[in-house]
Amino acid sequence: MSAAAGERPGDAGGLFGGRIRAGAGRPPLFATAICLLLVVAALGGGAIAPYVPDEADFTAILAPPAWVEGGSLAHPLGTDQLGRDMLSRLIAGARISLLTAGAAVLAGGTVGVALGLAAGYLGGVVEAVVMRVVDAFLALPFILMALAFVAALGTGIGNIILVMMLTNWARYARLVRSEVVSIKKRDFVLLARVAGLRPLPIALRHILPNALTSILVLGVLDVGRAIILESSLSFLGLGIQPPDVSWGLALAEGRTYMTVAWWLTVWPGLAIVLAVMSFNALGEWLKAGFDPRGRL
Amino acid sequence: MARFLLTRLGQALVTLALLTVLIFVLARLTGDPTPLVLPSEATEADRAFFRQQYGLDRPVHEQYVVFLRNVLRGDFGISFRYREPAFDLVLAAIGPTLQLAGVSMLVAILLGLPLGIAAALRPGSWLAATVRGYASLGQAMPTFWTGLMLIFVFAISIPVLPSSGYGTAANFVLPAVTLGFYASASVTMLTWANMTEALRSDFVQMERVLGIPRRLIVLKHALRNASLPIVTYLGLQFGLLLGGAVVTERVFAWPGVGQMLVDAILNRDYPVVQAAVMLTAVLVMTINLVVDLLYAVLDPRVSRS
Repeated sequence: MSAAAGERPGDAGGLFGGRIRAGAGRPPLFATAICLLLVVAALGGGAIAPYVPDEADFTAILAPPAWVEGGSLAHPLGTDQLGRDMLSRLIAGARISLLTAGAAVLAGGTVGVALGLAAGYLGGVVEAVVMRVVDAFLALPFILMALAFVAALGTGIGNIILVMMLTNWARYARLVRSEVVSIKKRDFVLLARVAGLRPLPIALRHILPNALTSILVLGVLDVGRAIILESSLSFLGLGIQPPDVSWGLALAEGRTYMTVAWWLTVWPGLAIVLAVMSFNALGEWLKAGFDPRGRL
Repeated sequence: MARFLLTRLGQALVTLALLTVLIFVLARLTGDPTPLVLPSEATEADRAFFRQQYGLDRPVHEQYVVFLRNVLRGDFGISFRYREPAFDLVLAAIGPTLQLAGVSMLVAILLGLPLGIAAALRPGSWLAATVRGYASLGQAMPTFWTGLMLIFVFAISIPVLPSSGYGTAANFVLPAVTLGFYASASVTMLTWANMTEALRSDFVQMERVLGIPRRLIVLKHALRNASLPIVTYLGLQFGLLLGGAVVTERVFAWPGVGQMLVDAILNRDYPVVQAAVMLTAVLVMTINLVVDLLYAVLDPRVSRS
């Protein structure tokens, strides 16, 4: 499915009147800024956050956001049922969400690319076996797949990264295999083979670089999906476990207090939506430029 | 055509076989269920008897054969928690899940089709921009948050709808809107893309030249041409909704398979976990297969390629 298909070719004018190489249409500045902000929050979380995220303060339980009656600037977004600062918890949540999503995309991408490359380049039995396994992994809705793995492997950050990797590698394998099948018929690959290069160098040095842009686009789009998956699992109590902080986990904890403290469920949800929309917008923009025919 | 049918059927069977291997491996990864099932005061002889009964003392490949034979008979073992056959428990919960997925599908179509068509008719307008915003929001909002916010507005702030439960029509509204809104995002984008293509096609341009009324062109000719991929996609989407229902069911305490699966994982009730995953998987795969075959029947180009 091509999400950018509603755009007409003429829309891709952008800043320079002609085609921009990196993407199509105006670059999503706001989305990019949010993505960067999240990365900064993830990397420097502890230094930016006004409080320690799991420090309870029983003198400030369920304090509302600063602009609501009874709120104060000490806790601009309010506090939770244990008096923990919401802003600090959101920043800590960004760290976990981005770390798990990033690690899952990198790990799943690496495994998927390696298997897809092997399947596409070697063909034959390897291809048949890998692609049947890919089909089996793609046959199930990813949340169901993830739950099956969680049931076997358990919860916590390490296991969740593993689970997310197991649910996303097949997409990379399928993409890379189809790219490789078309690239390997091109002249420069045949030339390299005639020149006596061995299969591995050909695959790594000549074929892989040509598939890299599509892999990159899929990777960026995958970050949003990974964030949703992690927060869903955490919300169900089957993902990140306390004392670690995650947006989905914060939502599940805040749910009990929804009648008295809306901010416990509104902020983490907004954080998820903003993060996912930003990564998706960035990915769609890259896709429109690199993959105008919508093969991804 | 017959060849395509056989190939596709063969692929589905291989996938299914791989799935049983996967579930078997996962089941063994969870380790020895003996301490979970037997009370702590059970003697070593009791434990040995239990292992023998369930074939846990035999080599792995023999265990797989036993597992496969049982699965084919719909025997996933006895639920550790409810002391009832796991498969029967899951089978009883599939009804509510199918109902929720069905009604959500309807919501997704009622929202997605008109929005997609409207956006395709006015490219570059504020309407198209709004629809694009709607779709990106729908794709980015996790269902559990949509559900909680709907509960907050329609069950807590303005208490007009029930926030949980099952049985009456009112119980369907919030869960179906939650899940349907999520699915409507991709239905919208797909309708938009296919309508845009159909409107650009030569025959539509021709009809315009001939002066055929716009409403007729759009609704009768362009939409019909765009509908094949849309209908196919809706079929596949139904499978996705069965998966997506897991989280929604949890939010609204809906007595479906998803709710049962999550409960079973939290309680380490592995027979139920396996039965729930297997049953949903078979359901989703069957739907996908039927959709593929129907598509091939409706569009002969597919089976020939």
